[in-house]
Amino acid sequence: MELLMASAIGVMTAAGLYLVLRLRTFPVILGLALLTYAVNYFLFATGRLVVNAPPVLRDGVETYTDPLPQALVLTAIVISFGMTAVVVMMALGAYLTARDDDVTLPPEDSTEREGGA
Amino acid sequence: METVAGLLPIIAALPFLGALLPGLMIQAGRNTCAAFTALPTILALIFLLICAPSVMRGEVLTFGIEWLPSLGLNVNFMLDGLGLLFAGMILGIGLLIILYARFYLSREDPMGQFYTYLLLFQGAMVGIVLSDNILLLLVFWELTSLSSFLLIGYWKHLPEGRQGARMALTVTGMGGLAMIAGMLILGNIAGSYDLSVILTQKDAIQASPMYLPALILILLGCFTKSAQFPFHFWLPHAMAAPTPVSAYLHSATMVKAGLFLMARMWPVLAGTPEWFWIVASTGLITMVMAAKIALFKDDLKALLAFSTVSHLGLITMLLGLGTKAAAVVAVFHIINHATFKAALFMTAGIVDHEAHTRDIKRLGGLRHLMPITFTIATVAALSMAGIPPLNGFLSKEMMLEEVAHTQWIGPHWLMGAVATLGALFSVAYSFRYIAHVFLGPKRSDYPAKPHDPGFGMWAAPALLVVLVVLIGLLPMTMVGDLVRVTAAAVTGSDPYVKIYHWHGLVPAFWMSVIAVLGGALLLALHGPLMRMWNAAPRPDAKAMFDAVTQAATRGATALTDGLHNGALMRNAAVFSVAVLAAGWLAWQGGGLQPPTREMIPITPVPAMAWLLLVVATGLLVVYHRARFTALVLIGVVGLMVSLGFVYFSAPDLAMTQISVEVVTIILLLLALNFLPRETPVESTPGRRARDTVIALAGGVAVAGLTYAILVRDFAQESISAFHLANSYKGGGGTNVVNVILVDFRGYDTYGEIIVLGIAALVIFALTDAVLRGPGGRWLANWDRPELPEAGDRHPLMMVVATRVMMPIALMVGAYIFLRGHNEPGGGFIAGLVVAIAFLMQYMASGFAWAEARQRVTYHATIGIGVLIATVTGIGAWLAGRPFLTSDYGYLHFPPIEEFEWATAMAFDVGVFLTVLGAVMLALQSLSSMARRAGETVNVEPMDIDPTRDAEEGR
Repeated sequence: MELLMASAIGVMTAAGLYLVLRLRTFPVILGLALLTYAVNYFLFATGRLVVNAPPVLRDGVETYTDPLPQALVLTAIVISFGMTAVVVMMALGAYLTARDDDVTLPPEDSTEREGGA
Repeated sequence: METVAGLLPIIAALPFLGALLPGLMIQAGRNTCAAFTALPTILALIFLLICAPSVMRGEVLTFGIEWLPSLGLNVNFMLDGLGLLFAGMILGIGLLIILYARFYLSREDPMGQFYTYLLLFQGAMVGIVLSDNILLLLVFWELTSLSSFLLIGYWKHLPEGRQGARMALTVTGMGGLAMIAGMLILGNIAGSYDLSVILTQKDAIQASPMYLPALILILLGCFTKSAQFPFHFWLPHAMAAPTPVSAYLHSATMVKAGLFLMARMWPVLAGTPEWFWIVASTGLITMVMAAKIALFKDDLKALLAFSTVSHLGLITMLLGLGTKAAAVVAVFHIINHATFKAALFMTAGIVDHEAHTRDIKRLGGLRHLMPITFTIATVAALSMAGIPPLNGFLSKEMMLEEVAHTQWIGPHWLMGAVATLGALFSVAYSFRYIAHVFLGPKRSDYPAKPHDPGFGMWAAPALLVVLVVLIGLLPMTMVGDLVRVTAAAVTGSDPYVKIYHWHGLVPAFWMSVIAVLGGALLLALHGPLMRMWNAAPRPDAKAMFDAVTQAATRGATALTDGLHNGALMRNAAVFSVAVLAAGWLAWQGGGLQPPTREMIPITPVPAMAWLLLVVATGLLVVYHRARFTALVLIGVVGLMVSLGFVYFSAPDLAMTQISVEVVTIILLLLALNFLPRETPVESTPGRRARDTVIALAGGVAVAGLTYAILVRDFAQESISAFHLANSYKGGGGTNVVNVILVDFRGYDTYGEIIVLGIAALVIFALTDAVLRGPGGRWLANWDRPELPEAGDRHPLMMVVATRVMMPIALMVGAYIFLRGHNEPGGGFIAGLVVAIAFLMQYMASGFAWAEARQRVTYHATIGIGVLIATVTGIGAWLAGRPFLTSDYGYLHFPPIEEFEWATAMAFDVGVFLTVLGAVMLALQSLSSMARRAGETVNVEPMDIDPTRDAEEGR
């Protein structure tokens, strides 16, 4: 099962990286979403994989799963939703304002530092 | 004794606290402002004087507060003779400068700002001289660099001011960096960062192999600050500052910080050949070279600036000699130089202020027009030249006496000869300051009609000149004890101090005579010499400095542009490759232990889920150009991820992931409404191949890393056992994940909900800005592409179904929330579930229709959520516990079973509201774009309403 988990994280990372390296906003957002899944899974997996041992205390149960990565990943999921939403809005704002969803800064915008005194 | 030492931190803090006053008091007028600036200085000076008697008795006052003891950084203050002298100079001359600046600054200058900067600087300087901890000293040291930057660049409209300030900051800042390293080495050798300990470790420090690096690094800091060759070039450019700043920073205080530190470290660093060769040689070269340049400067302040560099060189050289007698002279000359040089700077400022020029070539003959200024300037300049019986004479004579007996390179008389040459130049430029400005015939072409200023402006230099004369006439009475106590602090033993005027026909006497006569001769020949000077080629320090900084800037720009040229693609690729390379390096440095965990066997159902996930991810990459298809595929991936959480014993995560998934997909769908439906093929096959290689390398690396972790146990005991053991006992909940979120790591969660709230507000602001700009206008005139649409926008079935589901969904939300502490659930998940319940209404009947029926805005929901969480946290304070400490207990209502309450639940309410508000605000912002695009707003909840149609039909 460990092999499946590790390979799933690897596949999502590779796909996420490839999409993040694209030139338009939408694939980049999708790539970030995939990377989010991969990173959250990775953090979760640092608690090691456990089947049928929830992090809820019960009488007579001896083995529990590691609750700490779960708590951290829970907030990470919610925060990454917030960040995805911000990135989507930025992409949308850029597209509506400039009618272009290219992620590359036009060259005339990247040479503004020449003017400093 | 104890109580007196307690004043030390107050003395150091007073200028900083006082820095708040001028900015406020400027409203009440310039005099009030100056008075309120003087107040903290006077108070600090009084406190210092209260401490003075014990110090003069030879005691060392110390006061310590622990700050960061683990780093060896403590707020330890110490006052000994050296500190007393410098603190006295800083505060005393500071007071005179405040008075002088009140009359010097014109109405257009923002005086409040000036005094604020001045007090900040004063505080930083006092901090340096009172620090017992060298790390604390470094903090103050950097503060002087920053505050002097503000002061030098005070006249922001002048390019020279800005450039001078930048140059001073660059040079002294770089020296400061070197010094930090040197001090850390020193503290490491001595085993403590407290001066009182370091100063006792002379043998250990000088025997250490790190002595020379530490010495060089510390001296770099001192030399840059005190403008020693070859770092002297910044000081003349800093003269673009207003004259009060020059008089304060560049005569009495900042440039003396380097000398102070050399004197402070003298007991442990001095006395070695390295110290002698580096410090004495640098001092001697600086002294002669700067004195020569000063002679040929026509700008009054430039003349004084170079003469300051020269005198600093003199003192540096004396400290470098490494003998106790030389250290005594150094201390004495520090006092003398501060008095006459501050007075001279102020007179230069007066001349500039009244005659509207500082160019010596345009001045002359001011003797009759400005008799008071003339008197003050003459006395001070004669002292600088070393003419008896003024104080400058005494220390110069003693200096020559010391040098005459010192063997430097070459023949034994060489150092004396070179020092005499320096003194000769010094006499020449001092005489020039008198002769070419005040003597000579009266001129008719002054830029303004010069006259003596009001009393307020000449009072400060006059007072200093009185000191010059008094110290000159009665040295032992005036400063004998101070010099003795200070020199005792510098040398670490009680030195013999005897200052007198007539030494007999010793070498120093003849050297003095040569210097005065030679100086007078040089001045007589000044005209032809000046022409030779101007004809000779000279290196221009500013051009060199500019060339170096420009080259550094170009290098930095080239590097930045190479890595980060505005293309996200390049940036992300560089980042990915760098991370992979770092990981590879780390991998090379270590090995792997054999696996310690048994693997869980693979069963069919999870294997199928894995297959679905991998296939969906693969298809997503292949079909990512068709954006709707990609969205469907990423939904599949998200669903499988949630299922994975279910399988691997993480019910809370599964619930969170699935609800976030729903919201995210809706958000992306809404966004896709406005974006192009297809992604064009743009990157070249080569690019795609390169990206594929990077992506595959990243994927393999992450997979390998994960696998390596998964088959091994923790290298060290995990802290999770603590959470499991204390969740119920300490937090009152059996769902450990929820207890961690709202209790153990409540502070993290508190920060996270704030971030989430901010993200939602950012989205709202972004939308607003876009809609107000060209984007909004474009949307309003947007021709929607012809796409197949659903026949009903608000179908009857959906509206009715969501209405029925609303209370059920809310009930589920409430249930999930309430059980959260003991079962999977909690505020985060409940917030998402309720948000989805609302969303269903919005989808069924349209955002506008639903929004019209909404009473609380989502901004308020976010705000109230954060507020509730905060209030819960503060509640712990009332019980005398740290922020966010939780409490719980049980209530019994007879008919129902036992009911648990926990303060963590109130905190969870805050989490719930923030999550709900943030999600809804984000989606609401998107929908407002749709409305701008001309979507009609429906009045009725659904398109076809049987009851309505029935009524109409009747």
